[in-house]
Amino acid sequence: MSKTSNPLGLSRRRALQLSAAAGVVSVFPGRRVFAQAASTYDLVIDRQSMMIDGHRSPAITLNGSVPGPTLRFIEGGEAIVYVRNNLSEDASIHWHGLLIDPAMDGVPGFNGYTGIPAGGTFTYRFDLRQAGTYWYHSHSGFQEQAGLYGSLVIESNKREPFRYDRDYVLVLSDHTDEDPSGIFQNLKTEDGYYNYRKQTLFDFFQDAREQGFGAAWDDRMAWGSMRMDKTDLADVTGYSFLVNGKGPKDNWTGLFTPGERVRLRFINASAMSIFDVRIPDLPMTVVAADGLNVRPVKINEFRIGTAETYDVIVLPEERPYTIMSEPIDRTGYARATLATAHGMEAPIPALRPRTLLTMNDMGMAMGGMDHGSMAGMEGMDHGSMAGMDHSKMGGMSGMNHGAPVGGNTMSNPDAPDAVANPPSEMTDSMGGMDRGARERASANQAAVGWADAGTLPGEKALAYADLRSVTTNKDTRPPTKDIEIRLDGNMERYIWALNGERYAYAEPIRVAYGDRVRLRLVNTTMMAHPMHLHGMFVELEDDTGANKALKHTVLVPPGKEVSVLLTADEPGEWPLHCHLLYHMAAGMMARFIVESKTASL
Amino acid sequence: MRATIVRGAGLGVLLFGMSSVPSAQGLAQQSQPDLVSGASEMGHEGALRWFNLTVDQLEYQFVRNGRDGLKWDFQADYGGDINRVVLRSEGTKLTGDSYEEAEVQLLYSRSVGDFYDAQGGIRYDLGNDPRRAYGVFGIQGLAPYFVELEALAFVSDEGEFSGRLEAEYDLLITNRLILQPNVELNVALNQVREREVGRGFNDIETGLRLRYEFTRVFAPYIGVNYERKLGDTADFADDEGEDKDAFSFVSGIRLVF
Ligand SMILES: [Cu+2]
Repeated sequence: MSKTSNPLGLSRRRALQLSAAAGVVSVFPGRRVFAQAASTYDLVIDRQSMMIDGHRSPAITLNGSVPGPTLRFIEGGEAIVYVRNNLSEDASIHWHGLLIDPAMDGVPGFNGYTGIPAGGTFTYRFDLRQAGTYWYHSHSGFQEQAGLYGSLVIESNKREPFRYDRDYVLVLSDHTDEDPSGIFQNLKTEDGYYNYRKQTLFDFFQDAREQGFGAAWDDRMAWGSMRMDKTDLADVTGYSFLVNGKGPKDNWTGLFTPGERVRLRFINASAMSIFDVRIPDLPMTVVAADGLNVRPVKINEFRIGTAETYDVIVLPEERPYTIMSEPIDRTGYARATLATAHGMEAPIPALRPRTLLTMNDMGMAMGGMDHGSMAGMEGMDHGSMAGMDHSKMGGMSGMNHGAPVGGNTMSNPDAPDAVANPPSEMTDSMGGMDRGARERASANQAAVGWADAGTLPGEKALAYADLRSVTTNKDTRPPTKDIEIRLDGNMERYIWALNGERYAYAEPIRVAYGDRVRLRLVNTTMMAHPMHLHGMFVELEDDTGANKALKHTVLVPPGKEVSVLLTADEPGEWPLHCHLLYHMAAGMMARFIVESKTASL
Repeated sequence: MRATIVRGAGLGVLLFGMSSVPSAQGLAQQSQPDLVSGASEMGHEGALRWFNLTVDQLEYQFVRNGRDGLKWDFQADYGGDINRVVLRSEGTKLTGDSYEEAEVQLLYSRSVGDFYDAQGGIRYDLGNDPRRAYGVFGIQGLAPYFVELEALAFVSDEGEFSGRLEAEYDLLITNRLILQPNVELNVALNQVREREVGRGFNDIETGLRLRYEFTRVFAPYIGVNYERKLGDTADFADDEGEDKDAFSFVSGIRLVF
């Protein structure tokens, strides 16, 4: 294996073939609007405040704003970024998703990098070896939660396999007035500290009325016996959810002219939030995932894990549209608008129901849990399953459609296939009235299980299984080694770990340069974990061919396993961690070492 | 029932700035991990420590057999995921009366398994009975069905053995209106006449408190409390002309820092 400056190896001809094969978009070179790109940027980190919906909130800013500026580069060049840290503590900037010289990856304690000292400066210098939508953020303490993040766009130096006339970056994030380290300590002392939507006595009475007392009782006993909580979807609440630093009232607005193709680059730069994103009445075509082009997939919504990115292309008509991003615990929403003029607004849809976790999310169908406890649960599994399903499954599309659960067939046998399940009702939904009625019906329906986003009947949510790389994978060798990485947690103590060890106590995971390995990410917990490997892309195993989608962050649903393939061709010490900030802080991180070429060859 | 007040300075630097990797047990493990009792824990506590104080009960007790009383029950602890130091105190003082009972415990607490802490240390009684010091050993944790449990054994400096079991449960009427039943049972292996302690079950105390969590930090409550002395202990109280039982209405605040 050797490094090339164009690791993805997309030839123009190949790109044309692929886009033609997909039959969705065509290439019109030269019509793309190149935004300003430079090779040199200055960034200044300050502790300031930001305004969100008219409310002042403490923040860490980059060049005075949250998020920091969008850094635009052109593939093939060299980036130089001068950073000044005006904080009274060390800071750092990590380039999320970039193939990069390890010394420039920007994680203190890795590859000899020691961060940017308080009051000091650091110069980042790296080759731009890829194109696409990426982002950057602090890897020190809880600075990312406070606002130290921004977007990074690398324009392709080749023709892209799709056309667009406008290009917007949408940085989704969660912001809080609270001191982030205080949040962490509150979680440490009581994991449910921020959950004010636990199940109550009234919920019990309602369940008893609907399912019978016995079923409701069995359900409570089943969860109680495990000391687990089916409302445990997110650890932190009280957030303002932002698009490009703007609250729902601020309403970040992107303008378009009817007839234009608009590229939206979604980046989930939140600390702790997983979003369901949709634009009512406007289907989206996903063209890139985690920065790299995928074969176009027509969808109505997607679930985006923390640190993932998706690029979509939309063709809005002459009217405003609301871009709606609901965190999965439905404690608020981020909102932006696409419009033909500033000040135009579209209706904001009601928040969809929050889902409740089920025994399936506990990994009951998997080997993840130890068998002793599984045996004990068998009885209640069917005894109270009706209860957990809220006995309102009739007509529910949730299980089929709202399931962007990643992974191989083992983790998600029901994953919808984009080709087999075309979004047939998409055109109907344009009507408006029809959609409104369906929205209302959906809002009254309980959601069941982590994967259930409450997707409207007939609409299509993106699944990992839909993603296929536009380029052929450069390494198609079968893996020679499986590495199991268990995602472990102890909710009661708010300890998170990989393979049973918190980061501070864990041995590094070592692979040799050039190794082809399978990473089996086995989630033994009830929460989803967006797992991020620095420095390299991994391949989703949904495709059995040579077009496995490449990801830098993989959302592993609760109780499920997602396996990915990796060619270890970037020597260095790479962090492998959950991208939920407080999970990482609690220990859900490991040092993934790719031995240098000389060491292994 | 725990929370925190100390905001660690430089916490993040410690967490992520760690460049050395302490040696630890291998990656391969077959079963569900026990995250808190791994061998690798020995000698390390990790970078993180925090403090918390939970004042579970700080209340005024009305018409307790004609006299009002003040009762408290709090626990403070400091440390990391595994090893913590615990300071605990509970007591009752009646108005217009010399009666008071109070105790303080200072314990070392260590996580054992996912839900329990083993604790050991000393207890000192400050009430108006003859003073005593004790060695303490026990467990505290979260039992199935979310029952907060505390089971402690004591041996006094006079060689007397006794024990205590406490349980409480939070019933969520709403997410902020919470009904908490609790029960405490004391037992002794030795009779201690001068402290009016009989052999066997000494007393039981049970209560029901309804609190409103304006925030996790601040929750006022009202409730009822009932104590009853049992067996020989009750007879000793009788002999001394004291009440065998006491019922009171209570009003107080629960504080978590
Ligand atoms: Cu996580």
